[in-house]
Amino acid sequence: MTSPLNEWAVEADGLVKVFGDNRAVDGVDLRVAAGSIYGVLGPNGAGKTTTISMLATLLRPDGGSARVFGHDVVREPQVVRQLIGVTGQYASVDETLSATENLIIFGRLLGLSRIEARAKAVDLLERFGLTEAAKRPLKKFSGGMRRRLDLAASLIAQPPLIFLDEPTTGLDPRTRGQMWDTIRELVATGSTVLLTTQYLDEADQLADRIAVIDRGRVVAEGTPDELKSSVGTSSLQLRIGGRDGGAVLGSDLETASRAIQRVLGVTAAPSPEGTRLTAPMADADRVADLLITLREEGIPLVEMSVQKPTLDEVFLAITGHDAADQAESADAELQEVRA
Amino acid sequence: MSTATLERIVPAAERDLKNHTSLSQSIANTFTMAYRGLVKIRRTPEQLVDVTVQPIIFTLMFAYIFGGAISGDVQNYLPLLIPGILVQTVITGSVVTGTQLREDMDKGVFDRFRSLPIARIAPLSGALLADTVRYTIATAMTFVVGFLMGYRPGGGLGGVVLAGLLVIGCSWAISWIFAFFGVIARTASSVQGISMLILFPLTFLSNAFVPANTLPDWLRWFADINPVSHLVTAVRDLANSGSIGADLWVSLLGAAVIVAIFAPLTVRAYMRRA
Repeated sequence: MTSPLNEWAVEADGLVKVFGDNRAVDGVDLRVAAGSIYGVLGPNGAGKTTTISMLATLLRPDGGSARVFGHDVVREPQVVRQLIGVTGQYASVDETLSATENLIIFGRLLGLSRIEARAKAVDLLERFGLTEAAKRPLKKFSGGMRRRLDLAASLIAQPPLIFLDEPTTGLDPRTRGQMWDTIRELVATGSTVLLTTQYLDEADQLADRIAVIDRGRVVAEGTPDELKSSVGTSSLQLRIGGRDGGAVLGSDLETASRAIQRVLGVTAAPSPEGTRLTAPMADADRVADLLITLREEGIPLVEMSVQKPTLDEVFLAITGHDAADQAESADAELQEVRA
Repeated sequence: MSTATLERIVPAAERDLKNHTSLSQSIANTFTMAYRGLVKIRRTPEQLVDVTVQPIIFTLMFAYIFGGAISGDVQNYLPLLIPGILVQTVITGSVVTGTQLREDMDKGVFDRFRSLPIARIAPLSGALLADTVRYTIATAMTFVVGFLMGYRPGGGLGGVVLAGLLVIGCSWAISWIFAFFGVIARTASSVQGISMLILFPLTFLSNAFVPANTLPDWLRWFADINPVSHLVTAVRDLANSGSIGADLWVSLLGAAVIVAIFAPLTVRAYMRRA
């Protein structure tokens, strides 16, 4: 039942979708609080798009149930459609039409009058910086412009819940930053955003909570901080130099290892060729102390770098297997979703 | 992306929501989708070739090749031929509705239509409605070419207009059959293939180009029950003498039956894919 103050924008319990013998989504549970940004993180083919398609009433679940603001996606699909906006991985706008025509048609379909629809189109195009390109056919649009128009089309009805399927995949860094700003603005006006992404960085930047999805299952869930600490932190890499142009001395490596143990309180791992040390970096503040210690000890340092955990490492840490070995099944899944 | 102040979103709980689509909304959605179809036609006018060039070529070809053999001369053949050509051209044009629907549905924009709170039938009914413009062009072209060749319909302008409306209406009904193939088929070319396989026997094994009494008995039996024959006869009655016969009612009934069967089938198939 819908409570007057429904706090969950999305509740999914044990969602299942099977394509042939591929269990694309295999029991996904999600709880998305209203007014938040929720990130679904996973590699290609993990079941992100399929999950969104079911929540957005585009695909019928083979098992489990899902509710959007308390309305069941199977029993009340038309109500759910009044509450959502969907921006797909591929631009779901009409290629042969102009940007204005696209928005007017969507506005008319949503019950706006001819005048309202036109005003809304002009308004959205301006907000998304597309006014100049409004009359050009979409074939001449760049990827970023198309994505912006797609998002604009999702906002005509001002839905309280917006699904964004990989909103920044394939965009250049500047356009990606603009998209992030837009998403933050949406939440500031009271929308809830559920977005999928392959980038840990993106989920970290935007999402209040993240679900890591792998092979159709949620394998980890929490705030970005919780998730990162469960994965491990950034690692510190030090490259030690030789003395007087000679080879690296084993004694220098040992001294450096001891210094790391003493200052950072962690064990450093030497690289196979014996010139590098890698240590987990829990506390960035103490790296300065370590560098001072190394200078006092007279250790020649050639290079210092910090490596953040990548999605691959997140996956390795959480699932025990590589993210890349899933990419093959991704194409197959996509084709079935679009069929 | 400007940082202008944005309107506040109305929370889900404060919205007036209903899970069904009213008839008036279905009609409004259909007209919007039809408008989309018209804009698309305006953007790609080359897709009108079949309904503009085909009536010209077919009318000229058939009139001068068969006119002498069937009716003694071209002038006497035209009252028989023009209604036949008209029905054949416009019905063939309705096949394109199916193939275009298939191509259209493969595009991402249909994902958005499915996610919108609109009548499920609208993307289909709108496309079919927009295509009546194509049928109207084909109808006008056929009558104009006929007129230029010396066809003077006895039913006058009123009879011709009524005949045209009858053909357009029936073709719209028949286009639901091809829309159904369009929805269930995998590719546009397979839609074309299946549709032509059905269409050729139907249009040629009829009284469209020859008087049915010249046919062998078994073929005549088929031509007599062929719905295309009834439509052709109804068009001849209206255009050539301005009269309304039983064939008109049979044609309209047939059209209604087709819509009653294929419109729900098509919508259900579309929903299942959705």
